[in-house]
Amino acid sequence: MSKGSPISPALLAARPAPPAAPARETAPAAPASPVRGPNNVVAPTPMLGSAAIVRSLEELGVDDVFGLPGGAILPTYDPLMASSRLRHILVRHEQGAGHAAQGYAMVTGRPGVCIATSGPGATNLVTAIADAHMDSVPMVAITGQVSSAFIGSDAFQEADIVGITMPITKHSYLVTDAQDIPRVLAEAFHIATTGRPGPVLVDVAKDAQQSTMTFSWPPKVDIPGYRPVVRGHAKQVREAARLIGASQRPVFYVGGGVVKGHASAELKELAELVGAPVVTTLMARGVFPDSHRQHVGMPGMHGSVSAVTALQQADLLITLGARFDDRVTGVLSSFAPNAKVIHADIDPAEISKNRAADVPIVGSVKEIIPELTAAVTDAFSAQDRPDISTWWRTIDHLRETYPVGFTQPDDGLSAPQQVIKRIGELTGPEGVFVSGVGQHQMWAAQFIRYERPHAWLNSGGLGTMGYSVPAAMGAKVGNPDRVVWAIDGDGCFQMTNQELATCVINNIPIKVAVINNSSLGMVRQWQTLFYEGRYSNTDLNTGHDTVRVPDFVKLADAYGCVGLRCERDEDIDATIEQALAINDRPVVIDFVVSRDSMVWPMVPSGVSNDLIQIARNMTPTWEQED
Amino acid sequence: MARHTLSVLVEDVPGVLTRVASLFARRAFNINSLAVGPTEIVGMSRITVVVEAEGDLLEQVTKQLNKLINVLKIVELTTEQSVQRDHVLIKVRADAATRLQVTQAADLFRASVVDVAIDSLIIEATGTPEKLSALLSVLEPFGIREIVQSGTLAIGRGAKSMSGSSQALRSA
Repeated sequence: MSKGSPISPALLAARPAPPAAPARETAPAAPASPVRGPNNVVAPTPMLGSAAIVRSLEELGVDDVFGLPGGAILPTYDPLMASSRLRHILVRHEQGAGHAAQGYAMVTGRPGVCIATSGPGATNLVTAIADAHMDSVPMVAITGQVSSAFIGSDAFQEADIVGITMPITKHSYLVTDAQDIPRVLAEAFHIATTGRPGPVLVDVAKDAQQSTMTFSWPPKVDIPGYRPVVRGHAKQVREAARLIGASQRPVFYVGGGVVKGHASAELKELAELVGAPVVTTLMARGVFPDSHRQHVGMPGMHGSVSAVTALQQADLLITLGARFDDRVTGVLSSFAPNAKVIHADIDPAEISKNRAADVPIVGSVKEIIPELTAAVTDAFSAQDRPDISTWWRTIDHLRETYPVGFTQPDDGLSAPQQVIKRIGELTGPEGVFVSGVGQHQMWAAQFIRYERPHAWLNSGGLGTMGYSVPAAMGAKVGNPDRVVWAIDGDGCFQMTNQELATCVINNIPIKVAVINNSSLGMVRQWQTLFYEGRYSNTDLNTGHDTVRVPDFVKLADAYGCVGLRCERDEDIDATIEQALAINDRPVVIDFVVSRDSMVWPMVPSGVSNDLIQIARNMTPTWEQED
Repeated sequence: MARHTLSVLVEDVPGVLTRVASLFARRAFNINSLAVGPTEIVGMSRITVVVEAEGDLLEQVTKQLNKLINVLKIVELTTEQSVQRDHVLIKVRADAATRLQVTQAADLFRASVVDVAIDSLIIEATGTPEKLSALLSVLEPFGIREIVQSGTLAIGRGAKSMSGSSQALRSA
């Protein structure tokens, strides 16, 4: 950091001091108006604050909202009932509304909206807000707050939700004046969806909902402290191209930012031009087609040997919208030790946070990648392209020798990997797959082939068990014509399955595959590997040869879903086909699988990625590099 | 660990101080001093924070601060390129026998006496932390009863203004 000079994001990209001209002039991709939606003009009209909330959402182009009313948000639910534009989906728990909003946002690219009341309603949203913050999901959470006169008095159902969520929101507002409602909501949507997306909380005091204001649209939105840099610095882009032009062992390290930035097509063009191996992180699965020859897998703790090793042995990481998360890097000091790093990200705080970048590029990947493609084309025409065939031979050898696979369990039960693999194959790449957190999540990332972005949803950063069912519900609302699978575990499913009621009542026919190994499987795996098989509190008694509490088929039945059970390998395909044929109701399949299957490969926690194991205590045989 | 003085220009809205302070807390930074007040521009406040931190960590916190929507600008002010002052009020024991000695000590530091009682004085002083600590050590033998001290205030030397370009941003 330079002394005595402004510390601004622009500096990182070695830009000159910010000119007097505002950032928006250098950001052609930014919309002309910061106010989302069709930009209708509404002449000043008197109305209640509650009506202004509903009207603002309509003007912002919102179609679907997820929520659950209560005392402090009650005024807003009255005009909501009269709205013909807004479809409100009544959830059974506010956490479900939050994850549904996330799922909706992840498949549509539009901000998800959830509504809850004050106090417990708002605190029930906290997990989903934290999840959206970690995974950069555009979301606006609207909460009721006790009347402004009661704020701070420990009133009934009062919670300082703005304070509680401060570290897990991109921004938050407390509205006590009805007149501020349209502007605040327009700002909230602008902030949630631009730059690095994230959750914004709008807490509206009950008296602000109940008092009269004058509504007009569009509101004036000017946020002087918020000017995301969109366009990459040209000099840095040229420097990146120069490094690419000189690299013998380049790798594209692609993260969720490329999904959020809708830059899948741009990525493919650049990747094919450079010809380097591409790894897609857990958050980026599908943004580069799995079937593409250059795709070498997912990196990280449960990544493929080819992907992990490609990063470790690279001499250049072309990092796009990824953040060097600890699950990807393993022990940071031994991660990709010989690689130079190009790091393109819209959030300047991610650059050099964990791994120092040699070439930092702050901006949107949607803008940067095409610029990089042009610069690399120039660099390649100016000099001979580096020969990366030796590099490819190394990678291809690893890919062929150590494909991601699994072994059939000894106990005669189905392999969970086989179930998940067949769900992917029988559904096809046009489906949407939403997982919970744990072993089934890793298998769903490993064994389903993703060919397009926005087809794979999971809770990557926060690791929220219970994400799957409500997020799948939101995804189905956003993509009603796609087959949406919740691939869930028996532990996760029991955290949020109440939203099956929401799905049935609102005709949201998701399909839930409960990968039932009768335990908290990932924790159990760690107990197997690191705690001498002492299975402390991981047995859930839902599977084979147990009391089956609950019985998932009966539970599905009680909710009005179709409940199916599959206990044998030979029934897997038929059961999936049966589920795929049902489109008028949600389907829940209890896939009874072995509890001893483990997720491999694995880089044990706290060691270098070089110590990746392909099975228990088995490391790949490394070839001496010449 | 080195001492750093950051000037943070913020929108004057409820909660902004909490947002800024809690970012330091999240990174387990110890804030040595903090001073907040209005600026020459209506609606804009300036927070001066003095922290002890390593360069890399400070850079990360600064970037995180920049992400706060209500933060307009952050500048690090070095002692060479800025004027930095603390303000202190000292209640010191002083009776008829010692009063003159105490006031003379205050005079030497260009401090002023702002309250007199039978057995005590209140001295007001402004200066660098080093000067104020020297004053305190001189007054110590007389018996210090109470001290209240402000956070460091800092302003860059020369004609340039920190809020100038932010004002341009706002009207843009």
